Amino acid sequence: MKGYELYLAIAYLVLGPFVGGLIDGVSRKVTARLQGRVGPPIIQPFYDLRKLFSRKLDPVNSLQMPLVVSHFIFAVATGFLIFEGSDILLIIFVLTLAAIFLVLAAYSTGSPFSAIGADRELIMMTAYEPMVILTLVGFFKVAGSFHFGDIAAVGKPTILLLPGIFLGLVFVLIMKLRKSPFDISTSHHAHQELVKGLTADLGGPALGLVELADWYESVYLYGLVFLFFSWNPIAAVLGPLATYFIIILIDNVTARVKWELALTSAWIVAIVAGVGNLIPFYLIARVVH
Amino acid sequence: MSAIEKSPWLIHYDASSCNGCDIEVLACLTPMYDAERFGCIVTGDPKQADIFLITGSVNNLNIPVVKNIYEQMPEPKAVVAIGACAYSGGVFAECYNVQGGVAKVIPVDVYVPGCAAKPESILDGVVRAAQILAEKKKAMRKARRAARHAESPAQEAAK
Ligand code: SF4
Repeated sequence: MKGYELYLAIAYLVLGPFVGGLIDGVSRKVTARLQGRVGPPIIQPFYDLRKLFSRKLDPVNSLQMPLVVSHFIFAVATGFLIFEGSDILLIIFVLTLAAIFLVLAAYSTGSPFSAIGADRELIMMTAYEPMVILTLVGFFKVAGSFHFGDIAAVGKPTILLLPGIFLGLVFVLIMKLRKSPFDISTSHHAHQELVKGLTADLGGPALGLVELADWYESVYLYGLVFLFFSWNPIAAVLGPLATYFIIILIDNVTARVKWELALTSAWIVAIVAGVGNLIPFYLIARVVH
Repeated sequence: MSAIEKSPWLIHYDASSCNGCDIEVLACLTPMYDAERFGCIVTGDPKQADIFLITGSVNNLNIPVVKNIYEQMPEPKAVVAIGACAYSGGVFAECYNVQGGVAKVIPVDVYVPGCAAKPESILDGVVRAAQILAEKKKAMRKARRAARHAESPAQEAAK
């Protein structure tokens, strides 16, 4: 099992940008179609990235770039550790650290827009992190293991055992992928109240790295979605695809919420759906022992 | 085709226009006219922008803002001056406090005619500006290569 997981993690490192870029490109195309327009080509994100990296590096201070690079490394490492089947604690630490580095990079610029964006990103982190932990705990309860390969090969319909956790993970996905209604720290959509929020004052290659890190993140996040459907080959394909389209739909039909609502709704979902979903597992364990 | 031509990101600033042209700029960025099919993204951050969409005749108070935005944009960059005001001051040309055209403050690459300019012609201006960006990028590369070639004989002579 171990060797196969290492291959999976290496495949993630190599193919991550291509898959992540396509995920982004298709979602832009689908969004355009939902709005009744042609939209950009599906490979538009790759054009954008190529342009960003062709720009001259021009950071606003000497701290910004090291922080952005650290963000990138840790964001990629999170996915690597997930696919490689590492310790859950380590994954949570690395995931948090990646986000913190981006927040620090935003604070370092001194721009009021990126500072507010950074504040909001911190709020988003407190909103999504409990649910990330609950998700991984839920997988452990079903599969008895934190290893990606073990969970994928568990042979049980995980989605039916963890419907609440799945709902919570969709919330986390919307937040982590910076989709509406939770795109309060920075947004992929045109003009918002914070200019570019978290990524304001990041230009050229620095923005390119943040973008690339986002792509890697979307790959491992959809990897987690896949785990819910892995018991059946058809579900394994249709499940993540359906989730993907539902998230794009939500992105298009909702307006951005205030941070209070983002935080409270995420916590309510985490407590009601997430914890509520886990309670039976503990009760059953009691009865059995 | 250079990458910049396929991904021209826009920044929009209203330098004392009557807002007529700005409404058209915003219209041209709505789903109806679909600027994104050319790879355009509207960004509020000059550091991320390639094309500067500017309307209005520029008054004495916003000269520093216009210059600031322009200077923060990375090379190569293009400026699209939209409407009669941005060209010559338009109906405001006689006012005591206006510059009478964007070109008095920063170099302009494309003029979009009209009072107000139509969204279709603004889009046309953006596409033209994207081509100009590609040409500028090519010129920059050439200049860099030429500089490198000019250096090497000198270095050999130094040896
Ligand atoms: S060109 Fe006409 S519509 Fe445009 S800003 Fe000037 S006066 Fe207004």
